Amino acid sequence: MYDFLQYEFIQRALITAVLVSIVCGVVGSYVVIKRIVSLSGAISHAAFGGVGLGYFLTVNPVLAAIPFSIASAMAIGGVEKKVNISADTAMGILWSVGMALGVIFINLTPGYAPDLFSYLFGDILTVTNSDLLIMLTLDLIIITTVYIFRREFLAVSFDEEFSTVVGLPSLPIYMLLLALVALSVVVLMKVVGIILLIALFTIPAAISKQYTHNLTKLMSLATIIGIILASVGIILSYIFNLASGATIVMVLAAAFLISYYLKD
Amino acid sequence: MKAVEFNHVNMKYNEQYVLQDINFSIKEKDFMAIIGPNGGGKSTILKIILGLLTPDDGEVKVFGRDPKHARDLMGYLPQNLSFDPQFPISVYETVLTGRYHGLFKSYKQSDEEAVIQALNDVEMQDFKDRQIGKLSGGQMQRVFIARAIVRNPKLLLMDEPMASIDPDMQSSFYKLMSQLKDEMAIVLVSHDVGAVSTHVDKIACLNRELFYHGPVEDSARGLEEIYHCPIDLISHGIPHRVLREH
Ligand SMILES: Nc1ncnc2c1ncn2[C@@H]1O[C@H](COP(=O)(O)OP(=O)(O)OP(=O)(O)O)[C@@H](O)[C@H]1O
Ligand SMILES: [Mg+2]
Repeated sequence: MYDFLQYEFIQRALITAVLVSIVCGVVGSYVVIKRIVSLSGAISHAAFGGVGLGYFLTVNPVLAAIPFSIASAMAIGGVEKKVNISADTAMGILWSVGMALGVIFINLTPGYAPDLFSYLFGDILTVTNSDLLIMLTLDLIIITTVYIFRREFLAVSFDEEFSTVVGLPSLPIYMLLLALVALSVVVLMKVVGIILLIALFTIPAAISKQYTHNLTKLMSLATIIGIILASVGIILSYIFNLASGATIVMVLAAAFLISYYLKD
Repeated sequence: MKAVEFNHVNMKYNEQYVLQDINFSIKEKDFMAIIGPNGGGKSTILKIILGLLTPDDGEVKVFGRDPKHARDLMGYLPQNLSFDPQFPISVYETVLTGRYHGLFKSYKQSDEEAVIQALNDVEMQDFKDRQIGKLSGGQMQRVFIARAIVRNPKLLLMDEPMASIDPDMQSSFYKLMSQLKDEMAIVLVSHDVGAVSTHVDKIACLNRELFYHGPVEDSARGLEEIYHCPIDLISHGIPHRVLREH
């Protein structure tokens, strides 16, 4: 057992599982309770534009995805609140335009994109040390922001209109929450992939929500469940030589079904 | 100073007037009911007072200020709230949001006391740690009434506070209102004209236009005929129901 932990792969996998689960637990809880799951899905797909841009500019695509996903989050949030387009339509458009931009950037880039697949479907083996550093930094930013704005996020998630009435800047706070979703997307991207990440983002919180009605406990529980399930997924993907993203999603889906079965 | 003043206010949705040339004012410590048919614009008026909606024309002042800048003086009970019944928030935390002070400012001891007091007022103190989704409709309504009054506002706006409240609670609700009306102006939207008219001082009758606004007593005199507003004031000793289908 102890020997097992000495493999660099396993160590890296566990670190990754923790980094990934923190965002699932903390931001994922808001996504689930504020019911912005599909909006988060749209942000994650739009982030692919940033990945393409990264290839094109030859900078780390994970880094390039940060401004891109934040900008798309702001665009969706802004359109949803201000313009007379249904949020549903806006999300659909941004979703595909982001991905299309990514494809075009990659087309424009000479040579071919070696680990493109890992951005789309996730592959733990392609997570580099600098990726880990980026993930760690984003985790710290996310936790600090949530700690500072915990009162506002709770109030806005529960009742935006009433929050406005008590003098809370609801729209900026909502936008900030979407920005955190965008950063979370970047953290999750390489491990589980843009296309699959919404499952990892929401399932740990959805499972935990059945067992507590306190937000802090919900976040902690979702983080722990996330660590366990992501680790299991990562290790299984290694053993069976499968992409980590798809394996993690299958583990999550199984856990989700079991938790509902046990609850009844 | 007037608590609320409307001067020639028009409000349109998609080129359709929902409020037309509304003029009225509410004095400090007035207790007023807004009555009128579904779609008459009652909720819209409250949202304009709160600065949540901006009218197309006219002027609205709340305590002499722009509505958006008078929010610290207002308490609000929305008409209907839809939320996930599993939402992770307790009764106590829900009411506490009514005491929000601003960014980076935590809740204080006095806020906690105010929450307990407000929960006592609506007789929900025993449920303070209950998850909000695990209450009955009427209990939930009481919690939201507590959330509206917890800030000790100078103007309390309540949209259909009687929805799903049982008769026992209704009488204690009016008792609570009669205590509060010495400290604040109260505006409540209601359909139950009979019950309301025995408690409030003033009635506003709204159906896109403001057909009547004034003391309850005067409103009883054939209001329906004069102002085209269906109204039932049986409880005021009018021998026959003055209610007519349109
Ligand atoms: N967001 C909106 N978009 C378009 N029309 C709206 C909107 N909100 C309200 N309306 C219209 O404005 C009118 C007034 O609505 P309002 O909610 O103020 O009525 P109300 O008097 O509160 O009715 P009820 O008794 O049913 O609560 C209605 O005709 C309604 O259709
Ligand atoms: Mg209404």
